Amino acid sequence: MSPAVDVKTLVIDGIDVSARADQTVLEVARENNIFIPTLCHLDGLSDVGACRLCLVEVKNSPKLHPACVLKVEEGMEVTTKSDRLLHYRQTILELLFAERNHVCSVCVVNNHCELQSMAQSQGLTHVRLPYRNPKLTVDASHDRFVADHNRCILCTRCVRVCDEIEGAHVWDLMGRGIDSLLITDLMQPWAESTCTRCGKCVNVCPTGALFDKSKLGSDHPKYPDFLPYLNMMREVR
Amino acid sequence: MTSEELLQIAETNAAERKEFDYEVNVCAALGCISQHSDKLKDALEQEAAASGKRCHVRQTGCMGLCAAGPLVRVEPTGTMYGSVQEGDAKAIVDALGGKPVERLEAHLEKYFHGQEYIVLENSGHIDPENIDEYISRDGYQALMTALTQMTPQAVIEQISKSGLRGRGGGGYPTGLKWGTVAKAHGAQKYVICNADEGDPGAFMDRSVLESDPQRVIEGMAIAAYAVGATKGYFYVRAEYPLAISRLVVSLREARRRGFLGTNICGTTFAFDIEIRIGAGAFVCGEETALIASIEGLRGQPRPRPPYPAVSGLWGSPTLINNVESFANIAPIIRNGPQWFAGIGTERSKGTKVFALTGRIANTGLIEVPMGMTLRQIIFDIGGGIPDGRRFKAVQTGGPSGGCLPAEHLDLSLSYDALISAGSMMGSGGMIVMDDTSCMVNVARFFMEFCMTESCGKCVPCRTGTAQMFNLLTKICDGEATHADLGLLIDLCDMVKHTSLCGLGMTAPNPVLSTLRYFKDEYLEHIDNKRCPAGVCACSSKVRTEEEVTV
Repeated sequence: MSPAVDVKTLVIDGIDVSARADQTVLEVARENNIFIPTLCHLDGLSDVGACRLCLVEVKNSPKLHPACVLKVEEGMEVTTKSDRLLHYRQTILELLFAERNHVCSVCVVNNHCELQSMAQSQGLTHVRLPYRNPKLTVDASHDRFVADHNRCILCTRCVRVCDEIEGAHVWDLMGRGIDSLLITDLMQPWAESTCTRCGKCVNVCPTGALFDKSKLGSDHPKYPDFLPYLNMMREVR
Repeated sequence: MTSEELLQIAETNAAERKEFDYEVNVCAALGCISQHSDKLKDALEQEAAASGKRCHVRQTGCMGLCAAGPLVRVEPTGTMYGSVQEGDAKAIVDALGGKPVERLEAHLEKYFHGQEYIVLENSGHIDPENIDEYISRDGYQALMTALTQMTPQAVIEQISKSGLRGRGGGGYPTGLKWGTVAKAHGAQKYVICNADEGDPGAFMDRSVLESDPQRVIEGMAIAAYAVGATKGYFYVRAEYPLAISRLVVSLREARRRGFLGTNICGTTFAFDIEIRIGAGAFVCGEETALIASIEGLRGQPRPRPPYPAVSGLWGSPTLINNVESFANIAPIIRNGPQWFAGIGTERSKGTKVFALTGRIANTGLIEVPMGMTLRQIIFDIGGGIPDGRRFKAVQTGGPSGGCLPAEHLDLSLSYDALISAGSMMGSGGMIVMDDTSCMVNVARFFMEFCMTESCGKCVPCRTGTAQMFNLLTKICDGEATHADLGLLIDLCDMVKHTSLCGLGMTAPNPVLSTLRYFKDEYLEHIDNKRCPAGVCACSSKVRTEEEVTV
């Protein structure tokens, strides 16, 4: 927190708020208890603007802007809720549900899944799109964790936490487009990879794609809130 | 290098050429090489040596009309021969100084009439691998002038005044872009030439790089001087091996002549260029993905701002322009901005190179002033639709563009006119279609392209294009309902407005433009399970059923 940063004032959903110039609209909104849906964003990790759920309208701008990377500006007027935005957010969630095989009733993180709770909060009642039902693999080679690609939404939180926090960069993506796939190292089985077994990726994963073997058949809450604290301690040091 | 030395090189080169009575120019761009123009050149050389005539056989760049390749032009008469085979070499050499070989003569007056050459002024006239031939046609004079007589601000002002807009498709004012990079803070700045041309049916940039690479290098050096960069990159797609090998030669030659390196033209200006080869991803034509690819990362776009002009390659201010934009720079500096601004329409200045392909008589590369109508391009220069078929649509702008029907044939070409008609200028691909094309199938083709080329980073583009492709396939197969069409339109709107980069934002355009002008074809597929053009699977299905009943 450098003291030399300017302070800006802006309006979010009709509420006057103040912010440091280096803050994003998402950060300021959350400080002021204005909820903007996100899936790829996680406090403590870099932002990629990939899930597009946090798109907001900015007055006098023809485009929609992802709040997670949108820097505040003086006098900005931001709208985070509108029928149009809700429709887009619901469609994005529909696309995610139809993309792979998301079956909540048999999922290890049922009731602790960010995708599931996001669908509830956005009032998604059904999926209009045909399910693609791709055939995907499950990597259970690791002695502690499992990667189930059927439940992956390619948010890349695991890739970022492994690279930016753990410093191992075991996770990455291969392929492109609809064929993108999360891999460990150069597509080695997880057990044979350079994984440090820290388990951060499992805790930041918003769905049941990465889970702990010991939690099978039981409640599997995730605890992704350790990152801001870790980052703060790193800065202090 | 001083301007006297530059003049000296040009004079020496001109004197060398005067030693020959005849020049036989053989097109050695990829289109003609694929028809064995390299072997033709060898044969011509042998025949010329055997005949004893003072004749110089030379490889040149693209002569334009690729459909009539391999092309040969004989100077000083300017006789053009088309579809020349190896066996014709003797006839051509024998005809030198006499009557041209009638059966080979290509009558292209109509094809060249109406074209105006700025970017392609040297294409087909010089050996692309010989820097001295480029210098003999006023090459590097602009760089010399800029470095020795102009301030960087003055260069930017000239480009701004010329009204040049980015030729990669977006049409962003080039002078404004240069000004932004020049003003951005940073000890190190970069200039990147985007030669990752990936639109289906587009080959303008490839042709420019194969035919006149020095022109692009000169443009980049002027840009580097203007914005304060010392390092440049060519980002060329790996699918263009000939362009890459010519660039390698040209960069070496430019260094040898002192136009790259340190103390360029005797000034303190230093600049050098490296080549980076793409790895087969269309999305790497998007500037932030291109930068990631040069940095050695996965070729994925990132959200903008910050724009590359402020934070680009390795976080430094970076200027990215397309091949054709850079190719326009030297003539603008040489002839002045007023000259350039005098060509074209009010808001779209200069000329544009187009690659004419599809159902058209004269497939090839053309350069026309902005403001020309589609009708002039397709029916006069392009020679119209072959086999007596009816014109149906012209697709411009690649997978980001759209299809324009016959009612828009009199549209005069400019960035804004094309956008308001539901298409875009794009990089310059122009695919002409006749009544044997099904517009739903065309939309499906482009959607498949976007689906396979999506990087997969953002949700709307990654899974939206796949869903739209499936819906279009369903329509083509005659299995769709009106609800499917509604869903398709809904997805088009959503993907267009929520995607991260230009690829996703424009992926629905081919669908939207065909829906705008050819909705009846969609409805015919849905209501009557019939493809009017007889292309899609549904029509063959209906036919087989009929055959069964008979």
